[in-house]
Amino acid sequence: MTVDAPQAPPFDAAAESQARMRPGRPLVPSGTIAGRALVVVIAILTFLAALTASGAQLVANASAEWRSSIAREVTIQVRPQARTDVEAAVARAATLARSARGVESVRVFSKGESERLLEPWLGSGLDLVELPVPRLIVVKLTGEAASADLATLKEALRRDVAGASLDDHRLWVERLATMAGGVILVGLVVLALVIAAAALAIGFATRGALAGAKDIVEVLHFVGADDIFIAREFQLRFLRLGLKGGLIGGGAAALFLALAGWLAASLRASPGGNEVEALFGTFQIGWSGYGAIGAVVALVAAVTALVSRETVRRQLRSMA
Amino acid sequence: MVRFENVGLRYGMGPEVLKDISFEIEPRSFQFLTGPSGAGKTTLLRLILLALRPTRGLVTVFGQDTSRIDKGELTALRRRMGIVFQDFRLLDHLTTYENVALPLRVQGKDEASYRAEVVDLLKFVGLGERMHVLPPVLSGGEKQRAAIARALITRPDLLLADEPTGNVDPSLARRLLRLFVELHHFGTAVVIATHDLALMDQIGARRLVLGDRQLHIDD
Repeated sequence: MTVDAPQAPPFDAAAESQARMRPGRPLVPSGTIAGRALVVVIAILTFLAALTASGAQLVANASAEWRSSIAREVTIQVRPQARTDVEAAVARAATLARSARGVESVRVFSKGESERLLEPWLGSGLDLVELPVPRLIVVKLTGEAASADLATLKEALRRDVAGASLDDHRLWVERLATMAGGVILVGLVVLALVIAAAALAIGFATRGALAGAKDIVEVLHFVGADDIFIAREFQLRFLRLGLKGGLIGGGAAALFLALAGWLAASLRASPGGNEVEALFGTFQIGWSGYGAIGAVVALVAAVTALVSRETVRRQLRSMA
Repeated sequence: MVRFENVGLRYGMGPEVLKDISFEIEPRSFQFLTGPSGAGKTTLLRLILLALRPTRGLVTVFGQDTSRIDKGELTALRRRMGIVFQDFRLLDHLTTYENVALPLRVQGKDEASYRAEVVDLLKFVGLGERMHVLPPVLSGGEKQRAAIARALITRPDLLLADEPTGNVDPSLARRLLRLFVELHHFGTAVVIATHDLALMDQIGARRLVLGDRQLHIDD
């Protein structure tokens, strides 16, 4: 049936003002106590994850540095042979090394220097004249060992110099590579565990937020919002929280590492500083380290958004 | 548009709060849903809104059997309805303007396409000066008008209003009723739940009267 409108008093025209949505205003409020607690949890987890990632990066860089310096050097060992002049053999080996491709410099350790190398094991003050102490020639290469023609040099030494052998430190390089790989693997596992812990915390926080925003969700449903829209709103809210927590945690980790680098640099002259430098190089994580921290922050934020979205979608599916 | 056939509803193992309800709401119709407090007016509106499922009987909304619809279809049906809640249900962290624009926002529409319309409607319900205010600052009457504007903004096929004039003075009540009637003239079916006899007496509309858990129709 159709009805007629009753008479009503005229409206007072209100002054027109510029109406506008507040940009980026989320439909789900984010400034709750639970939200702030989640930011703190995410910040702590990101801090730990960023330290792990940059620590692994530091070890990887230090290991690459050690390997590179070891690999740029090879050693020729000349063992004294019966009825041969060891000095002539050393000179011959040095000549062969100098003529090899990819060699930058050759340094022959004198007999005295070779004997001094044994002092840590045999002690000083011993007369080693009667002992057949091997002589060493340190060959510095222009690049990595792989770029030099070591096979030819090895063959030439075997053929022309009795008692000479070439050590390209391959064993040490491989051991260092294995150790660095192990440290990086442990770092990745710790990182994965921290991310998993963050995902669990975010899942619980999302369920709590959804329960707290039940009225809002109901209104959104009644005004025609579908589950995808609501899940996106929660995702947006949690992405903000994740980014905030991630940036705080990542920033703190970057600050901590910068401070550690500055401390290591200022303590370089002390004996302790020397040890640290021997282990970790200059303790500078460099741009790649800061990039790793940035990647951790982005990863944490992405995990936060995805986990919250999926949690909300599952919860909404079970709601009427 | 909406059809109830022998619908009954009980909560848990309790007695039936609605019993053998049968009626039909025609497109472009106007009716009051009335009855004493606690008679089940809000419950009946929630059944139409699909916020509650009947324990027996058949509810058909926009030609669809509501016992067989999925969530996607439910959203599509709700987008064709406007609802004014008795307790307003405005989102306190959004301004009046944002609350009224909400049904369009959740449909993913561009704000530029509806801004003028929202502003006009807010002015029409007398909230032109209050559009940037958060609901906790609004008076009861202002909240009521904001809730009505939110229900009207999409020009729904069916408008459900639960005591829409319960918190306003008689003059504003007349103005709001005029708004509902104008909407009805534009083609919206209107159901107003009220126990305000003075309001119902202003227009000669069909009355659905709830009492003793059953429905009587007074055409």
